[in-house]
Amino acid sequence: MKIGLMLATAVTTLIALPVHAMDKTEPRFTRVLIDQLEVRDADQGMVGAWDASAWYGGDINKLYLASEGERLMEHGGETESFETRAAWSHAFSPFWDWKLGARRDWQPDHPNRDWASVGLQGLAPYWFETSLDLFIGERGLSNLRLEAEYDLLLTQRLILAPEIETNLYGKEDTDLGVGAGLTDIELGLRLRYEIRREFAPYIGLHWQRQFGDTAGFTRERGGEVEQTTLVAGFRIWF
Amino acid sequence: MDSFPISTARRRFVQGIALGGAALGLGLSPRQLLATQSQTGAPELSGRHFALTIGNTGVNLTGRRANAVTVNGTLPAPTLRWRQGDTVTLAVTNHLAHTTSIHWHGILLPFQMDGVPGISFAGIAPGETFTYRFPVVQSGTYWYHSHSGFQEQRGLYGALVIDPEQPDPVDRDYVVVLSDWTDEDPDHLYATLKKLSDYYNFNERTVFDTLRDFREKGVAQTLQDRRMWNRMRMSSRDLADVTGYTYTYLTNGHTPNGNWTALFQPGERIKLRFINSSAMTFFDIRIPGLDMTVVAMDGQPVAPVRFHECRLGVAETLDVIVTPTENRAYTLFAQSIDRSGFARGTLTPNPALSAAVPAMDAPTPLTPRDMGMAGMDGMDGMDGMDHGQMTTMESDHHAMASMDHNGMHEMHSGQAPRSVPFATDAHNPDLPPRSSVDQHARSEHGPGVDMRAHQPQAMLDDPGFGLRERDWKVLTYADLETAGGAPDSLTADREIVLHLTGNMERYMWSFNGIKFADSVPLELYLGERVRITLVNDTMMTHPIHLHGMWSDLEVGHGKLLRKHTITVKPGEKLSYLVRADAEGGWAYHCHLLYHMEAGMFREVRVVKAATHGEANG
Repeated sequence: MKIGLMLATAVTTLIALPVHAMDKTEPRFTRVLIDQLEVRDADQGMVGAWDASAWYGGDINKLYLASEGERLMEHGGETESFETRAAWSHAFSPFWDWKLGARRDWQPDHPNRDWASVGLQGLAPYWFETSLDLFIGERGLSNLRLEAEYDLLLTQRLILAPEIETNLYGKEDTDLGVGAGLTDIELGLRLRYEIRREFAPYIGLHWQRQFGDTAGFTRERGGEVEQTTLVAGFRIWF
Repeated sequence: MDSFPISTARRRFVQGIALGGAALGLGLSPRQLLATQSQTGAPELSGRHFALTIGNTGVNLTGRRANAVTVNGTLPAPTLRWRQGDTVTLAVTNHLAHTTSIHWHGILLPFQMDGVPGISFAGIAPGETFTYRFPVVQSGTYWYHSHSGFQEQRGLYGALVIDPEQPDPVDRDYVVVLSDWTDEDPDHLYATLKKLSDYYNFNERTVFDTLRDFREKGVAQTLQDRRMWNRMRMSSRDLADVTGYTYTYLTNGHTPNGNWTALFQPGERIKLRFINSSAMTFFDIRIPGLDMTVVAMDGQPVAPVRFHECRLGVAETLDVIVTPTENRAYTLFAQSIDRSGFARGTLTPNPALSAAVPAMDAPTPLTPRDMGMAGMDGMDGMDGMDHGQMTTMESDHHAMASMDHNGMHEMHSGQAPRSVPFATDAHNPDLPPRSSVDQHARSEHGPGVDMRAHQPQAMLDDPGFGLRERDWKVLTYADLETAGGAPDSLTADREIVLHLTGNMERYMWSFNGIKFADSVPLELYLGERVRITLVNDTMMTHPIHLHGMWSDLEVGHGKLLRKHTITVKPGEKLSYLVRADAEGGWAYHCHLLYHMEAGMFREVRVVKAATHGEANG
């Protein structure tokens, strides 16, 4: 959780500058979004999962931090996987930002992996929040990731949010049991109620499936390649 | 109101509490409050010498205590009554912990007295007193407000009434200051807009609206209608940035439940001086059962026009005469443009009587016309990703646009089209060479601009979205003309074209895609007559205010409407003439407070023609 702590410290120390009319200094803002903070009712027990990001900056340039991971909440509570990212994000068009940065994957039983990243994040036509990232790792590893999310308003406060994440790897990573090609798809469907815009409890379904050699590696270890879980959690931002 | 299911707590929040209010900070009881504020809502100070103290005052308008920024402890600030021809002296003392200022909105004065920190003067530091002193050369209804940070949102605004040298007496004379109050810290509100620009919009389309459209219009037509909006990533339900979700709308500092009340005897001529002192809210004003006759706008007399409803832009003022003959009460009803709340007051012959408060209308979604598309279907090339195609399209439009443009001038002058050169300045990115009004400058192609109107229209006679279907008379600029004919020349020496631009999603606002922080001052030459043409490339309505000089709106047929703040509707283009007769630095900006803060702001410098160019160094 060291990185989480660092992230929290960084955020609290980066306080927005006071705003004064008619002076030409650009104010900077900080936003923290804990998009998912949830428990998943998985086969191996209850799993806690998070997906959080923060930015600090002005209209065009922002420092961007993100973290996502899972932690088994029973049997001693081991973190299964955990990733942190930091990037410089730059708005280059009305709806799109470039992101240049780095990512580290933290694995309890396996070597950590470090990646350089270049990405594209923004709002696609028809209101899809989209990000596409290319990660280049050590020893010629590469990972292409696509994420998309949509908010379907049932009422002004009750929102159904489908999302998809998929990963492709350019090269096999046997230490981690990852094959080349399409490795996994995750689909989420979360129904949240915005008590305030900033605070929304939700329930939902999370489905994930591995493909190709990745699924093969998992099967060899006796693992499941497909899992559907019921999730419940909170979406919080400030 | 009753058509919406709203909880009691929510109703109290939106409509406010009945008593209490700003005078709590003065230690007055509600009875004393009514006693001192029953006439104007704020005390009236008159004369030539004024001592004004700016400080923090605790208020309770929603059931919660909050901190207001006030003048002499009242909200609104005291009504100042001046006389044309006098020289006024105003000693303003700052008891805040931050720099403050007062800007005299619409008043002609030396620029050092205009009250804009960073342009007119350094501002008034904590503990200091700044003395404003200037001759009063005009008459009419104006207002004053802070030009520092978000102090205006927190309550630092008040009415200015200047009696003419030859008064035109009426039986009753009431100031009606309309405003928007929030318990939120405005710095936090602005940060919230930057993080989630539709935070305050609780009028978005839901899946059930879509299903209803499918039933009523058919699936194909619904998808076709939505195509433009979805591709542009714009919401036709985005009518106001800040709404009744956080705002309580005030009449002379009174909440709707507080019901500011003014008395009359049937048959009396009553002057109502409406002032929109809001930070962000356009009000649609009407008095059910009573027609109004406009006699002045922005302080300047106009040829009288009878009407029933008017959309008053932020910072505009409107003087009307009403002559109620019946022995009954009337409701002053001012809905916000997005129908998320209303301000209310009562005109009554008897303090015990009030009239029914009308239900708010359902919000009206924007149409393609409001997006400068003039019924064009399809938005190909609009997203700015395909620059080559964009340029081609724009070139195609230039020929058409020039024709339109000349046509517009022809309409305005009622004479043969005159060719006025576009102002260009190699040192000023706001003034690139251009071949037409509609042409979008290169600076408009960037992350700060999410749309560009392709066919902006002359829309002065359009009451605007939400008021087009009325079966009563809605006042528009096209109905109005400054009394006594055009107050200055109809001919311009140069034409400055500015496009109003923004990015809703990122909450960025600018002129020509250039924020104030990245701009250089716009130079006007002392004595010249310049035409300013504004093209609204956004889906918001913007009230544009030039300090220190009149904006003579070209309303057509050789007529001018003399104003200080001009509202430009989405998809609209309009022109006005400015006589650059006041040397010095002046603010020029959108009067929506958070748009101004975000960068929809310029400094205008009026310089002697011989020295022009030096200011840009």
